[in-house]
Amino acid sequence: MDKRIIYADNAATTRVSESVLNAMIPYFTEHYGNPSSIYESGREAKKAIEISREKVAAALGCEPREIYFTSCGSEADNWAIRGICESLASKGKNHIITSVFEHHAVLHICKALEKKGIDVTYVPVNEKGLVNPEDIKNAITDKTALVTIMYANNEIGTIQPIDEIALICKEAGVLFHTDAVQAVGHVDIDVKKQNIDMLSVSGHKIHAQKGIGALYVRKGISLPNFIYGGAQERNRRAGTENVPAIVGFGVAIEEATKNIAAKNEKIIKMRNRLIDGILQIPQTRLNGDRDKRLPGNSNISIEGIEGESLLLMLDMNGICASSGSACTSGSLDPSHVLLAIGLKHEVAHGSLRLSINEETTDEDIDYILEILPGIVTRLRDMSPLWEKIKKN
Amino acid sequence: MLYSDKVLEHFSNPRNVGEIEDADGIGEVGNAKCGDIMKMYIKVDKGIITDVKFKTYGCGAAVATSSMATELIKGKPIEDALKLTNKAVVEALDGLPEVKLHCSVLAEQAIKSALSDYYTKNGIDPLPIVGEIGECEACH
Repeated sequence: MDKRIIYADNAATTRVSESVLNAMIPYFTEHYGNPSSIYESGREAKKAIEISREKVAAALGCEPREIYFTSCGSEADNWAIRGICESLASKGKNHIITSVFEHHAVLHICKALEKKGIDVTYVPVNEKGLVNPEDIKNAITDKTALVTIMYANNEIGTIQPIDEIALICKEAGVLFHTDAVQAVGHVDIDVKKQNIDMLSVSGHKIHAQKGIGALYVRKGISLPNFIYGGAQERNRRAGTENVPAIVGFGVAIEEATKNIAAKNEKIIKMRNRLIDGILQIPQTRLNGDRDKRLPGNSNISIEGIEGESLLLMLDMNGICASSGSACTSGSLDPSHVLLAIGLKHEVAHGSLRLSINEETTDEDIDYILEILPGIVTRLRDMSPLWEKIKKN
Repeated sequence: MLYSDKVLEHFSNPRNVGEIEDADGIGEVGNAKCGDIMKMYIKVDKGIITDVKFKTYGCGAAVATSSMATELIKGKPIEDALKLTNKAVVEALDGLPEVKLHCSVLAEQAIKSALSDYYTKNGIDPLPIVGEIGECEACH
């Protein structure tokens, strides 16, 4: 019998859907012409790119000409932040506002810009993982070029008060960018109604392939070119387009953004059962606001054990998950997100993120809830830290 | 990050897990903040380490290095245990990813810490024999 695999790491990446894959295939072997070419297979490719652009625009509530395809969400973040800093620096605007628990694609470009003389304010988040819009308001000065706040956090899934923040920025005349990589396809987004100036999205989080993303840039915003060269992406990002990936992305975002409410209802029900089930284990806590969170996200700290061990044991039982422990973050410190919401290092080391989606079944939840407590007991039995926790 | 089959095997089936109630030496190294704690118990008879047990809080490599280290010193004279290096533990496990090497250092230190405790309990100054047990570089 094949080993049972429960994929519960959809915040990391998702399975490419059949419809996405099928839509892509002709653009490898049939319509493989360069989209900049004059002949038919090139024209077909060009047409497909523009149809995809329309789909992305429709999903986000903007015009197709406001969508720029990128290689990933990180590229979109880097381009938006660095680009705005570059173009507004000459106008004396040298200040960015962001939050302490952004994705590294935002934090690390901000850190790099700091070294080049840009001032960056990192607003805190509360213990539930939410940014306070008042903090943004208070941080804005006449030097502020950009506010960038993630739509939803990638680790704890908390959905930020984007509408309020965007309105504050609009009233102050400051540009607002949001990294919506985790949010698109899970919450309704309309960039025009929500006063969002720039938004980053990634394909592989919504069943497209890895290596494709997009940046929405409201028309009228002057953003320097990201790659110099040919005339692709309205001259702003040169390089022959990744046509199959763009086609797949269009299909993926169209599918992901229709019937969000109906899809979420089912996912939230399963997610809540998962959270409640895991919280039955003593000395556990849910990280992040329970209600203002992505439908598929659960992030729970299990005291006395370390995340990587937990993931290895889950993997041995066919369950794919992730953790914010230092060992899994590849650094010495546990996740900056978990530290930002006030967790002690040792509690953050024992965090477990299970991110489900519409492909998850009730049986999958049953299986996780059946397997997990035994693994926790086994790891706690061999943990000197758990010994100490029990004594206190 | 890739673990060798041997690391995964020792992680999923660790040897010598547990405690020794009447241990002759107990050593504990690491700290919760860093995400690694190793506690090692030894039983010594006529200069031979007759039994060894461990408890570890930490990642897969921490558990596997603890397990391997106990295997390498069980039934061996104290002198051999004192000579055990983290490198030997790593080699016995068919290697460790670079970022996990500090776990093997911790395993070496856990043994030394248990031996120090053994000497102290027997009224012998451990310092000239065991030497300084450094702190994990990665943690400080």
